[in-house]
Amino acid sequence: MVSLTLEQVTAHYGKREVLSSITTPTLSGGQVVALLGPNAAGKSTLFRRILGLLTGGGQVRIAGTNAERPVAYMPQETRIDAVLSVYESVLLARMQGRRLKVQPEDLAQVDAALDELNLQPLAQRDIGDLSGGQRQLVSAAQALVQSPDILLLDEPTSALDLHRQIGLLSVLRRLAEQRQMLIIVALHDLGHALRFADQAIVLAGGALKACGPTRAVVTAELLREVYQVEGRIETCSRGSPMLVVETAL
Amino acid sequence: MNKSTAAMTSPQQGRTFYRTMVLRRQVILLGLLGALFLSFCVDLALGPARYELTEVLSALLTPGSVSEQISVIVWQIRMPVALMAIVVGASLSIAGAQMQTILSNPLASPFTLGISAGAGFGAALALAFGVSIVPFAVDYIVPINAFLVAMLTALMIHLLSMRRGVTIETIVLLGIAMVFIFNALMALIQFFASQQALSAVVFWTMGSLTKATWPKVWVSLAVLAIAIPLLARHGWALTAMRLGDAKAESMGVRPRRLRLQVLMLVSLLASVSVAFVGTIGFIGLVGPHIARMLVGEDQRFFLPASALCGALILSVGSVISKMLIPGTVIPIGIITSLVGIPFFLFLVLNQKKSIW
Repeated sequence: MVSLTLEQVTAHYGKREVLSSITTPTLSGGQVVALLGPNAAGKSTLFRRILGLLTGGGQVRIAGTNAERPVAYMPQETRIDAVLSVYESVLLARMQGRRLKVQPEDLAQVDAALDELNLQPLAQRDIGDLSGGQRQLVSAAQALVQSPDILLLDEPTSALDLHRQIGLLSVLRRLAEQRQMLIIVALHDLGHALRFADQAIVLAGGALKACGPTRAVVTAELLREVYQVEGRIETCSRGSPMLVVETAL
Repeated sequence: MNKSTAAMTSPQQGRTFYRTMVLRRQVILLGLLGALFLSFCVDLALGPARYELTEVLSALLTPGSVSEQISVIVWQIRMPVALMAIVVGASLSIAGAQMQTILSNPLASPFTLGISAGAGFGAALALAFGVSIVPFAVDYIVPINAFLVAMLTALMIHLLSMRRGVTIETIVLLGIAMVFIFNALMALIQFFASQQALSAVVFWTMGSLTKATWPKVWVSLAVLAIAIPLLARHGWALTAMRLGDAKAESMGVRPRRLRLQVLMLVSLLASVSVAFVGTIGFIGLVGPHIARMLVGEDQRFFLPASALCGALILSVGSVISKMLIPGTVIPIGIITSLVGIPFFLFLVLNQKKSIW
């Protein structure tokens, strides 16, 4: 089973340190991990550091995989106006580093990724014609089609309506369990983190604030210290944790 | 997720759509190839002596079956010009297509990045003052000067773009600055040049295929033959570049490195072409846009379609340049702009959806 361990990981933009000595316990496949923190906490930077797009100190250790590219990354969404259909843009993600000729297996993988996120009805549409939420789902499909062992998603629900937010996170939850993938999702919604993530990593100002089981990490103290809001975690009548935010400090 | 929507579509639907789309694009490419061959034959048939298309085909396929006069005119006189139109059209269009791709800018082309203007300046130095940048190959002083200054321009853009913090927008602005600098230098040369030299400079900047010779065709063809497989090898990565650097990086592409490699390669393509035939600005901008309208931006189709569109535009331009005023070959750069731009505007204004 795949696993990821960060040991004193740092990153720099020029001389400015943007991540300082991040160390986590070993995160194993089969789990969803929420990457939490306010804006500019260093979440995207950590993803880029794990992926090797940024250099820095420390060790990013990935074990238990034979894949050539074990990590797939879905960056935050940006406006795209290329003349490509949804199907082509997902195929494109699959074909990187491969030969020009498309094999039936590649098409099967694209169809599977589109089916997984119910994107088949959009397959023929140009990506430039999609709404922000639709584009975000296509981005998720582009990451999924690479058949990674570790999947990093940077705020994948930020443009989605509530129905699709729950839908996407449920799919991720299921994929983590079925395929024994390690899925790390940067989220702003702590309620979603409490419901869907087994573990949580909390960053603030480029430093690690907390790491552990989500219910142990997301506490009233964390809300106060990291998010500067007054709130509490309640348990609803069905036994699920519920976040109640009262005021900004 | 949404089960009701999913139930309405078959899992094979996407694959079927993809296969149909690929087939449609292959048909478009074949159509372009057919049109290009027709235009090439007409180009060979036209001139002071006009031949029937059947005569041209016979001269091409069975040279022994036609008179020696037809054979010599077709193979020795008209063929280099007709082939040069195809090779230069394809080269300039591919150069424009890849510049637009790597710089994510619909206005990028060898012309707008200062490469053509640099070549023009190099050529003008030779034409006006006989200044040769390299002391040998006196017969080729104009194209060699043009090529060297064009490559220096590309190299300068390349070096500056490697500096930290330089964005795509900075590279485009840098190119525009180059155009202005070379235009000013060109004006200075024209100001000091003799009347005769001035005419030569002006004629060169109009772009003309009549200077084509077999050696020039072979050199241009060799560069094109090297560039196409190299660009095709990066086909998936170049297509990913159109999704933005962040997305391309997430797919394993290294945008900065790829951008620099492709910039140098297409600069070579463009500068060789401009060095031999002069400034033809329209092809590098419009060829790729027409290709994009026809086949989209998947490089497996976009690259050959750009090459074919550029080649077709210049080949048709060559035909028209001979037909407009009998006995006179109007410089091709003027024809492509005068005839091509209204056609392009017609296409753009009638396009149902935005392509950029």
